[in-house]
Amino acid sequence: MALLGFLIRRILTGIVVVWIVASAAFLLFFARPVITVARQLAGRAATPQVINEVIRNLGLNQPIAVQYWHFIDNLLHGNLGFSYFTGESVDTMVRQDLPPTASLLVGGLVLWLVVGLAVGIISATRARSVFDRLSNVGVLIGLSMPTFVIGELLILYIFVPLNEHGIKFIDTGYAGPSQGLGPWVGHMLLPWITLAAVQAAVYTRLSRGQLLDTLGEDFIRTARAKGLSERRVIFRHAVRAALTPVVSQLGVDIGQLLGGAVVVETVFSLGGLGQVSVQAIDTDNGPVIVGFVVFAAVFVVLANIVVDMVYALLDPRVRIS
Amino acid sequence: MSISGIEFAGQQAVAAEAAEGVAKIEGRSQWQLTWRRLRQDKVAVGALIVILVMIVLAIAAPAFVAITHHPPDTAYPIQGETVAGNPVPPGTAGFWLGTDGTGRDLFIRILYGARISLFIGFVTTALGTAAGVTVGLIAGYFGGVIDTILARFTDAVLAFPYVVLALALAIVYGPSLPEMIAVIAFFSWAAIARVVRGQTLAIKEKEYIEAARSLGAGPFRIMFIDILPNLLAPVLVLATLYIPTAVVFEATLSYLGLGIQPPTASWGNILEDAANFYTVAWWYVLFPAAALLITTLAFNLLGDGIRDAMDPRTERVLAGARRRRRRTKLTALVDRAPGVTAPGGN
Repeated sequence: MALLGFLIRRILTGIVVVWIVASAAFLLFFARPVITVARQLAGRAATPQVINEVIRNLGLNQPIAVQYWHFIDNLLHGNLGFSYFTGESVDTMVRQDLPPTASLLVGGLVLWLVVGLAVGIISATRARSVFDRLSNVGVLIGLSMPTFVIGELLILYIFVPLNEHGIKFIDTGYAGPSQGLGPWVGHMLLPWITLAAVQAAVYTRLSRGQLLDTLGEDFIRTARAKGLSERRVIFRHAVRAALTPVVSQLGVDIGQLLGGAVVVETVFSLGGLGQVSVQAIDTDNGPVIVGFVVFAAVFVVLANIVVDMVYALLDPRVRIS
Repeated sequence: MSISGIEFAGQQAVAAEAAEGVAKIEGRSQWQLTWRRLRQDKVAVGALIVILVMIVLAIAAPAFVAITHHPPDTAYPIQGETVAGNPVPPGTAGFWLGTDGTGRDLFIRILYGARISLFIGFVTTALGTAAGVTVGLIAGYFGGVIDTILARFTDAVLAFPYVVLALALAIVYGPSLPEMIAVIAFFSWAAIARVVRGQTLAIKEKEYIEAARSLGAGPFRIMFIDILPNLLAPVLVLATLYIPTAVVFEATLSYLGLGIQPPTASWGNILEDAANFYTVAWWYVLFPAAALLITTLAFNLLGDGIRDAMDPRTERVLAGARRRRRRTKLTALVDRAPGVTAPGGN
């Protein structure tokens, strides 16, 4: 019962957050002169009459309050609006552009979790060893390296030489899992590594720090005093307790990345929510930008709710209230 | 001379010696202690030197123009490009690091890019830190409704799909330097505010705050004179770690074409253009990328160094006296601060 009440409360506050983000995004784009958009749409040689007609057709001549009301009304009916340029429904665009983003996230997530947690745990259990020092250097390099630089370097030193030697397995652009496992991995491998490089550094630092903290706790001493093996102490007692902040970071990351991994998608031209929203920003395509921002915000909110639930499962000290 | 006289003289000598001894061991402030420890940390000192060299190079960029006679925005289609119109390699025709895609001096452009990157790094961090400290202090000190509103607002900023929103702001208000500073600063105060709020909540219950209040000190005097100095350690460390984040943020926005606009050089837009030439001009990608990486790495290493130096327990670790199992509060605080660990977005 407590769980149900908690869920309902979190969903309600989540809806408020999404509403705030949606309104902010809407005002940002629509509470300003729209003449530029209309001019762009109507073409360079358009007469004022044509421009006015375009403005009327897009409904941009209505008062901002009316436009806002339409926007919210549509939103409540699950309609994110229509692209200015193609007239395509933003809902359809989201459905089309989600697979590359999701593909990127799934593979990247597995890679960065495995690397990050493994290195973090080994570093923490052998604090100040050579491995720990080396991994610290690696983490700092990962944190200092902009994502797009990693992507560019991978293209320059892996994709280009391989292609020159006729090995076409590694490729840019997007291929979905439906086109076969081989092409999917071939297209996604470099993007996965790029995404995971930075993220693994974050997770290594986080899990190492948390585990070091936990290993200093009294219950670890108790577990050791009971005569448990070191392996059991670390994996059953310490790692489990140390995981909670990792889970919360994971939730935030999944939420943010499902909204579009702008840089990785752009570097490897995967399409995807991030790259398409940058293109929409470039062409001042208001409905698409607002729609994608709302969609991203929903993911962030959902991820946060899931994180709180998982928290309670992982850490017996956390009670849902 | 009586015995007591001798004793007296002896006591005087002891007292004088003691006084001398006291004079030798003068009290050291926390900053002196931090500086002494930081000086022993070779990595941090190296990072500091790298940063200072970068700053000097950035400031001295016009001097290098005077030496090479290559202004940053001037193209040299004859000497600076191959017959096919590609960049020329390092060392050709007086171009120390070669040229870029339009035949401009790459070295000079990287120096001018450093001016932009470092300027944005320092200014946005200063703005974000000032705003974060103020919001955190007010929320933590006053509590109640003010705290609830400010804390929720902070959470909302942290939860925003910030890369997309930053990009959107960049395009709506037109890509320009002030716009970019505003965008980066807007997304960098929230994490500091959260840390400062948490610390303020704890400090304001201390006795000396009560003493200040009973002496008639107003809330703003207490916040900024009595509480703030005790928060400087985490704030300073966080600020040092935010500088590279801001530098990467700027580079990312410019790389996506939404930041500093050509012909003005920025590391981000140099790398964006370099992407078109990566098969023919390795130097065009490698040198700006190296400049960016070296700078951000140096700031990160320095930040870690300052953090360790401010930690009273580090001394023993450095001396090898004991293996440190448990991290201190400061380390944990900094590591958990959101944003520090997620530079510039993916």
